[in-house]
Amino acid sequence: MSDVADRVKKIVVEHLGVEESKVVDNASFIDDLGADSLDTVELVMAFEEEFGIEIPDDAAETIQTFGDAVGFISNANA
Amino acid sequence: MRRVVVTGLGLVTPLASGVEESWRRILDGQSGAGKISRFDASHLATDYACEVPHGDGTDGTFNPDDWMAPKDQRKVDTFILYGIAAAAQAVEDAGWTPDDRAELDRTGVLIGSGIGGLNSIAETALVLRDRGPRRVSPFFVPGALINLISGQVSIRYGFRGPNHSVVTACSTGAHAIGDAARLIRDDDADVMIAGGAEASISEIGIAGFNACKALSTKRSDEPTKASRPYDVDSDGFVMGEGSGIVVLEEYEHAKARGAKIYAEVIGYGLSGDAYHITAPSEDGDGAERCMRMALKKAGLQPSDIDYINAHGTSTMADKIELGAVERMMGDAADKVTMSSTKSMTGHLLGAAGAIEAIFSILAIRDQVAPPTINLDNPAVETKVDLAPNAKRERKINVALSNSFGFGGTNASVIFRKVD
Repeated sequence: MSDVADRVKKIVVEHLGVEESKVVDNASFIDDLGADSLDTVELVMAFEEEFGIEIPDDAAETIQTFGDAVGFISNANA
Repeated sequence: MRRVVVTGLGLVTPLASGVEESWRRILDGQSGAGKISRFDASHLATDYACEVPHGDGTDGTFNPDDWMAPKDQRKVDTFILYGIAAAAQAVEDAGWTPDDRAELDRTGVLIGSGIGGLNSIAETALVLRDRGPRRVSPFFVPGALINLISGQVSIRYGFRGPNHSVVTACSTGAHAIGDAARLIRDDDADVMIAGGAEASISEIGIAGFNACKALSTKRSDEPTKASRPYDVDSDGFVMGEGSGIVVLEEYEHAKARGAKIYAEVIGYGLSGDAYHITAPSEDGDGAERCMRMALKKAGLQPSDIDYINAHGTSTMADKIELGAVERMMGDAADKVTMSSTKSMTGHLLGAAGAIEAIFSILAIRDQVAPPTINLDNPAVETKVDLAPNAKRERKINVALSNSFGFGGTNASVIFRKVD
């Protein structure tokens, strides 16, 4: 697993209080990991913070799963 | 008329987390004051307060994890955490966790705070200034709003009845209990979770009350001696924090389910001073009218009152309240015991009226008046027994609890023993 994925996973586990094993590529923050809409806003803020990037609101709306997040951040960092 | 009784209690105080442990230490005359531990207060005019003792949950310490998942604690200001903890204790004590939709619809929540998420607001303002609006947490607003204890408690237990809150500075807790009792009496609910919470021991909180010249500043060497109502050496109040929550219930409803009944809420009075934003009216008229209204609603004579839990903050206002009590009590002034538990807890602002209502209820249960500690050299001459430095075992059928707040807002609640 990439460094980005590890760091994203750590944030998700910490913010949503979920088991690490549940944080898989197609795990939806809202449907599978118990997040509500405010949690997802906070998650995106935490990603921005961790990776020093800006995730515009319209892009944030496309980040629904752990895999989406890792993909977006990897591209943004590339 | 529908009668309202108290069937559950919850406390998070500077003495302990938990009703019985807090009460034991109160009767023992212990002080909850000490040097401020949660932040560096060395540059403030006051560097001591009555902090809730945080710990692993043993020996009366408050363990946040016992009451809320760590991931959720980040989303709320500490006053909400204290409120949820005290509410959980009260609900458990009352044994009131119905599944039935109709019962849930008839159970409401009315919990207030004097200031609410003051520290969250201060910290978020710094985030906004230093790092910009995109760094402001989505949980900032719902984590700081005063009515969000009521919201959180209703969500946790599914209580779908009236969901309300009170903000009347240091009268908040008393107003919450009085208003909630009225909602039950008026048949808007059968059960209400009511009280107050506060957590303003923060840099901005202390600085703000220091600026008002309201806090004690002279006892940095001996914080436990700083809160000393009616004593010649009192020099301001000591800030406290925590929460007091009661479960109020319609009498027949409580009886039908075999609930433990602590006391009945029989009187509630409210008044305004119309005088000054921080100082009480010097003639004590607002306080007196407030107590008289509560007495009238209770259908009692002054001589029926056995115990008064004073507002007694360890400020110049103590004498004004005492004068009002003496006038109201008249010839019966020498029969009543009045004490200030703030001498031990400090002043919990919006939670004060609620924790003091609970101490009044426990005074009825155990037939003992808590002491006023640090009353070494009385600044007052009075026939009223102020229970100086020792609890007073005595008959207590009726107890009155006073709360007065900035803005000139007054509340008195009267409780009676239920046989």
